[in-house]
Amino acid sequence: MEKTVYLDNNATTQVDPKVVEAMTPYFCEYYGNPSSMHDFGGKVGQKIKEARETVKEFMGASLASEIVFTASGSESANMAIRGVLEANKKQKHIITTKIEHPCVLNLYKTLEKEGYRVTWLSVDNDGSLDPQELEDSICDETALVSIMYANNETGIIFPVEKLAELVKRKNPKTKVFVDAVQAAGKIKLNVKDTQIDLMGISGHKIHAPKGIGALYIKKGTIVMPLIVGGHQERGKRAGTENVPYIIGLAKACELAQNALKDESTRVKALRDKLEKGIIERIPNARLNAAVENRVPNTTNIGFQYIEGELILLHMSDAGICASSGSACTSGSLEPSHVLRSMGIPFTALHGSIRFSLSRFTTEDEIDYVLETLPQIIKRLNQFSPFQKELKALGA
Amino acid sequence: MWDYSEKVMEHYRNPKNVGSIDNADAIGEAGSLACGDMLKLFLKVNKDGIIEDAKFQTFGCGSAVASSSILTEMIIGMHIDEAKKITNKQIADELGGLPPEKMHCSVMGHEALEAAIANYYGEEVQHCAEEKVICTCAFVTENELRQAIQEKGLKSVEDVVTATGAGSGCGRCHGAINKLLQEAQKPKMDLSAMSKTQQIININNVIERFIAGELRKDGGDIELVDVDGTKVYVKLRGACASCKNALMTLKYFVENTLRDHISPDIEVIEV
Repeated sequence: MEKTVYLDNNATTQVDPKVVEAMTPYFCEYYGNPSSMHDFGGKVGQKIKEARETVKEFMGASLASEIVFTASGSESANMAIRGVLEANKKQKHIITTKIEHPCVLNLYKTLEKEGYRVTWLSVDNDGSLDPQELEDSICDETALVSIMYANNETGIIFPVEKLAELVKRKNPKTKVFVDAVQAAGKIKLNVKDTQIDLMGISGHKIHAPKGIGALYIKKGTIVMPLIVGGHQERGKRAGTENVPYIIGLAKACELAQNALKDESTRVKALRDKLEKGIIERIPNARLNAAVENRVPNTTNIGFQYIEGELILLHMSDAGICASSGSACTSGSLEPSHVLRSMGIPFTALHGSIRFSLSRFTTEDEIDYVLETLPQIIKRLNQFSPFQKELKALGA
Repeated sequence: MWDYSEKVMEHYRNPKNVGSIDNADAIGEAGSLACGDMLKLFLKVNKDGIIEDAKFQTFGCGSAVASSSILTEMIIGMHIDEAKKITNKQIADELGGLPPEKMHCSVMGHEALEAAIANYYGEEVQHCAEEKVICTCAFVTENELRQAIQEKGLKSVEDVVTATGAGSGCGRCHGAINKLLQEAQKPKMDLSAMSKTQQIININNVIERFIAGELRKDGGDIELVDVDGTKVYVKLRGACASCKNALMTLKYFVENTLRDHISPDIEVIEV
């Protein structure tokens, strides 16, 4: 298959060629150790300093020293959560949501085993949290509240700034961690004006390579390191800096910052066109998160009475890459915990597909999907034992 | 991506015999919408008992569609009594194998075929009893939990959550999971404290009360041959492959029932 229409940017993104270009000299030319005494290494140290400044600007932090480079979004989350709990061993209560990314979800499940009490906040059919439920859950014992900025499957944005204020009003000692992996590069981050203490991002979701991430730690927040060793990252994360990738992340942040307008206008228009087009052309299609407050690149659509893996396989044959929270993908055999939490009906749950765009998505690609997908679904509908139900929907 | 064989890919891309048959001589169904897999099989059988045509409609993943498709190809032209002998393994083998996580797709094909054949002979189609779902967030059934607890030796609710996903959502089922764990952990009867005759009487009682009846409904039977410690030797006879659970074979059914009623250490051996 020659044609590839990549609409799975919430899984990972194409590395921007400009990012590769920025990184390249740091492999064979400027390979010095930023900690070295000689000028050859010192120059690299200077570049790391500039990179930290750029990432600071991107996240909207006050100080470059609030940014720690990590190896991934998962590491950022683990460092924030474990680091805060390590630093404060007396409080044993954590609050989070049922729809966090597995990297956070599974960490909390581990912490539950280690003796922490975890409160899991639920979402309603629109995917929104109930602030009252959050407020009622906070107590003296609460060490940490963690809420994702935007959900990876539905794109729904949570009002993390307001929720952080609420947390601090109820218990000023409670720390707030926000997993911003799916929000970064899609909406503007401005962490300094909020009460958020920790915020994580990942490079490969914003056109940097895999293997680099960052964690914002508000000045004065004590976080114990996960990796102990040298003095790198002000002692917060030991290990010689991953220089080329840090340079790459900074370049990606700069490009993403400049593309925010494109994201909220052109990319959003393409997403809306795709969404509207699918709903109009395919009678058994159903929008799973019909809310305005979503990141501009994501849509999640349920195709009723057919199964998601089969749709993905047939789309893949047509060169279209998307993903699914359906039972049969990704080895888990379980339908998406996010869509389940939102009460998506059985009829659409197993046939739900996420399309996620990026600034590299073109109108031609969206037109191709709108042309191809209805034929695929029409054919797959014929396989379904629910002919009567499909007919009732007009399919 | 799953590691699907060429044959599986061929059959989910271009499945054979999709559709329904008007005035079908037999119809069989397996699975459900909630489970994420469902198969409906239609047969046209001539007066000599030869399957002249077979069609299917499947709600399911690539391997579910491929299993259905290959099954129809296998049985067309076959005598219905021959078709009855097809096993789920044969369906999977015909496809060049299935990933282990997808074996249930071939089981579903087998179940639908069984149901269709029962329907042909005018027997009451044995719908799999609606299973009790313990965890409604992750859709985990009681049987699945019991099986996981036994096979993986799970000891705590946390173990169950990690291994099965049950209880990972709202957590309301934690009490029910705990009950299953307790049931699995304590032996109902102490076999080692019994004489061999007592062992045989007790096991036979469970077989007669809870197992044999189920099997006989479908023309099968079970006979206790010997007991040696926790090993129970049985002879299984006749067409007793009726399904209790999409994933559970007959041996599991016998073993689980004995484990539930007597002791979790019991091992069933077919002779």
